[in-house]
Amino acid sequence: MFSIIEAQFVAPDVKKFRIVAPRIARKRKAGHFVLVRVHPKGERVPLTIADSDPAAGTITLFVQGIGKTTRLMNLLETGDYVSDVVGPLGKASEIAFYGTVVVIGGGVGTAIAFPTSVAMKQAGNHVISIIGARNRDLVILESEISAISDEVILTTDDGSYGRKGLVIDPLKELIEAGRKVDLVLAIGPIPMMRAVAEVTRPYGIKTIVSLNSIMIDGTGMCGGCRVVVADKTQFACVDGPEFDAHLVNFDVLRQRNSLYREAERLSLDKFQQDPSADLACAKEMCRLQNL
Amino acid sequence: MNSLSPKERVKIPRQKMPEQEPESRRKNFEEVNLGLELELAKREAHRCLECANTKCVETCPVGVKVKDFVQLIVAGDILAAAAKMREDNVLPAITGRVCPQEDQCEGGCILGKKFKPLAIGYLERFVADYEAAVGKVGLPQKAPATGKKVAIVGSGPAGLTVAGDLIQRGHEVTVFEALHEIGGVLVYGIPQFRLPKEIVRREVDNLRALGVRFETNVVVGKTVTIDELFQEEGFHAVFVATGAGLPQFMTIPGEHLNGVYSANEFLTRVNLMRAYRFPEYDSPLYDCRGKNVAVIGGGNTAMDAIRTSLRLGAANGYLIYRRTEAEMPARIEEVKHAKEEGVQLMMLAAPVEFLDNGSGWLKGARCIRMQLGEPDDSGRRRPVPLPGSEFEIALDVAVIAVGTTANPLVQSTTPDLKTTRKGYIAVDEETMKTSKQGVFAGGDIVTGGATVILAMGAGRKAAGSIQQYLTTGVW
Ligand SMILES: Cc1cc2nc3c(=O)[nH]c(=O)nc-3n(C[C@H](O)[C@H](O)[C@H](O)COP(=O)(O)OP(=O)(O)OC[C@H]3O[C@@H](n4cnc5c(N)ncnc54)[C@H](O)[C@@H]3O)c2cc1C
Ligand SMILES: Cc1cc2nc3c(=O)[nH]c(=O)nc-3n(C[C@H](O)[C@H](O)[C@H](O)COP(=O)(O)OP(=O)(O)OC[C@H]3O[C@@H](n4cnc5c(N)ncnc54)[C@H](O)[C@@H]3O)c2cc1C
Ligand code: SF4
Ligand code: SF4
Ligand code: FES
Repeated sequence: MFSIIEAQFVAPDVKKFRIVAPRIARKRKAGHFVLVRVHPKGERVPLTIADSDPAAGTITLFVQGIGKTTRLMNLLETGDYVSDVVGPLGKASEIAFYGTVVVIGGGVGTAIAFPTSVAMKQAGNHVISIIGARNRDLVILESEISAISDEVILTTDDGSYGRKGLVIDPLKELIEAGRKVDLVLAIGPIPMMRAVAEVTRPYGIKTIVSLNSIMIDGTGMCGGCRVVVADKTQFACVDGPEFDAHLVNFDVLRQRNSLYREAERLSLDKFQQDPSADLACAKEMCRLQNL
Repeated sequence: MNSLSPKERVKIPRQKMPEQEPESRRKNFEEVNLGLELELAKREAHRCLECANTKCVETCPVGVKVKDFVQLIVAGDILAAAAKMREDNVLPAITGRVCPQEDQCEGGCILGKKFKPLAIGYLERFVADYEAAVGKVGLPQKAPATGKKVAIVGSGPAGLTVAGDLIQRGHEVTVFEALHEIGGVLVYGIPQFRLPKEIVRREVDNLRALGVRFETNVVVGKTVTIDELFQEEGFHAVFVATGAGLPQFMTIPGEHLNGVYSANEFLTRVNLMRAYRFPEYDSPLYDCRGKNVAVIGGGNTAMDAIRTSLRLGAANGYLIYRRTEAEMPARIEEVKHAKEEGVQLMMLAAPVEFLDNGSGWLKGARCIRMQLGEPDDSGRRRPVPLPGSEFEIALDVAVIAVGTTANPLVQSTTPDLKTTRKGYIAVDEETMKTSKQGVFAGGDIVTGGATVILAMGAGRKAAGSIQQYLTTGVW
């Protein structure tokens, strides 16, 4: 059991958690993720470790409520527990001095990209952060990102904050204005990552994306997270989750992520009609049963 | 004790295992075999000829004293039979169910030369279940505390065996497991209908009662390295038993299509994540109801996957294997059960491509027929594709069960641990010592995918040399 010592919403549907996991806190590097199982009947969902405090033995996660498990998790509060947290998994981001690094975060991708931005800055890079959200309320981590970035550009789909438009617009402008961009890191919804890849491809700018495939074990055992990169099968959990955007087959990723759409909808409907059973399970009941 | 003459003994027919009827069992996940009653077990035990030359013991990889425990059943002292069993085999309820007895103890039994061999597996299971039912598991005595700490990486049969042996000798034992449940393949691979989870849990609880600590959610190599276990956590020896969990794909076109699974994923979703109880449990699986499912392979894993698909409601379950039924490595009983349940064997065939329905979902497979050629290094005749014999089969789900290899997580983070060409951990076969001082290894991570009892045998051997290392300090 893993104790939640802090849980607070940072935007509608996005909750920040600090969880006690000393072994993970000690080993974690930027780019690593954990798998969380909320309760004994739950599934294992991957979540990026946004930050860690080895001295306090805690890790920080940002969870965007999109389906059953993430919405259930977002009902948990300070003092609650989750059944299982395992990690740190995946390959750490390749941190080095590149020169100018543009970090693009879309939605909760902003939180996922944040630790890498911090590390890139520490490695001496000039960091330009582009934060994208659907509207003003959904912008997260603005002050944290501003604190570590040399330049920050904000975009919202509806223009309610920052620039109106998509994250690729300022990226295009930067490149077209002749700014030397040495590396682009893009994390967010699949269409966004794909669009970024297409913007940088003609310029040959090295571009990294973090692939959010469906996972179970996170150790290379099931092969369910497989993605196609450079025409080869790779396991996102151990070979990734970060890959060269120009070599990723986004069609396969999108298609494989739709595998359980029906089941996910069923699960979410059932949960939304009556979240109490799951909540009770998460809070205590299931823990008492030796399942 | 046995008052029957040899003539009378061989006249007794081998007792049949009571089992669920195929029609009903293919709709549920309850155990297929129901177990022998006391009377049936005794009758079966009476068949044993009490040979002077016990071939049955020789052919059991851990040398279970078959004759002795069977005679204790004849005498009616089942608990003593169980204790006798535990001298060599710490997980009898499990091996009695899943050992390939026909190749091992029963394969050696003299009775088998003219009659049917003694049902040693059934009897083994019987004594273990009886012991558990009367609630008198003979937990062994523990030696006084030695102050030595042993870490075990992986909680499959190899790891559990070492844990059991070393806790008895007074060491502090911690088992680290990557998943959230203890048991390795016994819980994530082998299905409920063959090996109920309660049985594994029972054995794990026995170990807990003896003082073994279990830490789930620890991926050694990621969460903590072997070097850190020694240097920062004060362990004196480490036993690596991480299994051969990496799924092999076939590298044919279409393997990424929706509906194509590795057997590991398919079985893990069902067994570990309980997808067969979705949506009560959260993890889903492709809805197999009324669908055509094929499993590629011929081992226990393939059999488990295809029988699972029938239980999930598949209309047709095909087993596609490139050799013939005679060469299938699966346990004979599983093949028999699978056929009774309606699994359709497609022998001498292999897929060459998975077909896309146009939107990324599987619609079928293009297969090629095979012919058996010369024997290969495994002694089995090599399948050779027949040119021009390609055919298509309509499928909604395909499960690839063509084997697994070593997971590199521990090896790649332990630089001084030598591996074999194929990535398994290299050990001295006598002592199970690796190239790194204090580190021992055994089970599938050394041999490649093998059997439960071989993994336990390796664990037994390793426990002996770990004990020696801990007491003498000599590497
Ligand atoms: C390496 C990695 C890091 C991630 N980091 C974060 C993070 O920091 N914060 C965050 O909010 N989200 C993160 N995600 C996404 C998060 O894992 C999914 O949103 C979550 O699993 C959805 O589960 P659900 O039950 O709420 O929704 P569901 O209704 O089950 O699914 C909604 C969507 O999530 C995807 N999904 C479903 N199950 C899984 C699964 N077991 N593994 C992966 N994806 C799945 C599906 O493709 C589907 O499109 C990350 C994903 C990956 C692979
Ligand atoms: C579906 C299936 C059916 C089978 N049926 C039979 C049968 O009927 N009869 C039979 O005799 N054999 C059968 N086998 C084979 C048998 O199960 C294996 O040979 C045996 O389980 C190997 O035991 P092990 O202890 O070496 O490893 P495993 O049982 O594989 O256990 C290894 C454990 O280590 C954990 N692990 C891996 N890496 C790490 C890490 N880095 N850190 C921490 N933990 C880690 C894994 O999660 C796993 O729990 C079957 C196998 C499968 C897959
Ligand atoms: S452990 Fe396996 S091989 Fe040995 S006697 Fe028991 S069933 Fe037979
Ligand atoms: S070989 Fe068969 S008959 Fe002989 S002792 Fe062993 S089990 Fe009994
Ligand atoms: S999640 Fe199972 S192999 Fe990656």
